[in-house]
Amino acid sequence: MIDTFSSLDFAPFILSFKLAGLTTVILFILSVPLAWYLSQTKSRIKPLLEALTALPIILPPSVLGFYILVVLSQNSPVGSFFNDVFDISLVFNFTGLVVASCFYSLPFMVQPLQGGFESINKNMLEASYIAGKSKMVTIFKVALPNMKPAVITAIIITFAHTVGEFGVVLMVGGSIPEETKVASVAIYEMVEIMDYTGAHIYSAMMVSISFIVLLGVYVFNGRQNRKFGI
Amino acid sequence: MIKININKQLHGASGEMLLDINLDIKENDFVALSGVSGSGKTTLLRILAGLENAKGSIIIDNQVWLSNKVNLAPQKREIGFVFQDYALFTNMSVEENLLFVNNDKSLANRLLKITELSELKNRLPNTLSGGQKQRVSLCRAMMNKPKLLLLDEPLSALDPTMRMKLQNEILTLHKEFNTTTIMVSHDPSEIYRLSNRVIVLNQGKIINDGDAKDILLKINGSQKFSFEGEVLDIIKIDIIYVAIISIGQQLVEVVISEEEASNISVGKIINVGTKAFSPTLSF
Repeated sequence: MIDTFSSLDFAPFILSFKLAGLTTVILFILSVPLAWYLSQTKSRIKPLLEALTALPIILPPSVLGFYILVVLSQNSPVGSFFNDVFDISLVFNFTGLVVASCFYSLPFMVQPLQGGFESINKNMLEASYIAGKSKMVTIFKVALPNMKPAVITAIIITFAHTVGEFGVVLMVGGSIPEETKVASVAIYEMVEIMDYTGAHIYSAMMVSISFIVLLGVYVFNGRQNRKFGI
Repeated sequence: MIKININKQLHGASGEMLLDINLDIKENDFVALSGVSGSGKTTLLRILAGLENAKGSIIIDNQVWLSNKVNLAPQKREIGFVFQDYALFTNMSVEENLLFVNNDKSLANRLLKITELSELKNRLPNTLSGGQKQRVSLCRAMMNKPKLLLLDEPLSALDPTMRMKLQNEILTLHKEFNTTTIMVSHDPSEIYRLSNRVIVLNQGKIINDGDAKDILLKINGSQKFSFEGEVLDIIKIDIIYVAIISIGQQLVEVVISEEEASNISVGKIINVGTKAFSPTLSF
């Protein structure tokens, strides 16, 4: 048993968490302004933006992965631009995975944040404006601290969803060890070569980590709700 | 001096309505804004605060807040606003709520002392009672030493004893800081105690403007007593008619003539007055 553990390669797990961590940070930075805009706007393009943001939820990962692959490949304007100007290739490497994951997990960050912003008492935001505070200060000092459950949910679900992605990763990244071979892909390959012991261990680890994370979120949210009397 | 001349098309519960206000307010005045709900009182306050757009102009001490070209953001208007639902920052303690507006500890302490909140300054808003929240909200509004203080039915959610106490505090703060104040209120005793001018709105227009006594006392001519009340019932007893009228929280019976009985109907608001007698007071 110990032999089996010590011979296991944990690089795919580390890669999964590195990818998920990076994606979550990037998406949080991008999604706060987007979610804020969606929560405050009365513009007619709001439904359009909402539909576009939600698209990755219903699209099969293979469809999403295919388009991302087409757009990022060196044959496309975007891919060749990055290749020529920054000398980075965006497919079949880790950078490409991060970009693809940002598209894939976008709704899981934007939607809880948008819901959180919408649940904030409008008068509280207006009180902050009247106090002379800019929108930026209002978002970070008033809105976000009053919607911690939504923020935690957005971050955790985005992280977990990125750890769990498979189709998009396989399409865009392939399975290059320590570059694009994440845990979900590694499990798939183990099953293919009938290494059921390895697949069992990896899968059990995925289940436990995911469960503990989710349990943590729900416990935290319950406490927050009691604390703020929501 | 505040010069307000604004208009805005509103879509109220009773259909389209034009809010059209032309008003000058003197410095240090305490103005009560009254009128039935949906008459545009809150909208007027929100336009003054810069939270809603309107056409026209608002000029305060030669500073233009609103004109054809200018629409100053709420951040730049130097106002205090007390919301009906308090709108305290629930993630901050009482003291932090005040210091967020203006990091002036001595002013915060002075305000908390006047309103007897010093003991509670480290508490979170959700652990406070309604009256305490309202006082914090009032202190917070005073923190940036506003040129104009706007109060939107600040005491409507409180019980009568607490109302009385907070009316005194509003008065104390008004005397201490001399802030020009506009308060939305429906309570005649509150308006009488606090304000030196009453403006009554109806359907977006000013229908009455004057001092509290003139507007609130419903006496005309040689009447000694006059009350406004709602007719609840008209009963015919033999040859006379008796109207049951609800005045304030009390019901009274008034004998009326047949002609009067034919002119009034149940649900109508009427004035009940008497002449030529001295009331007796019993204790």
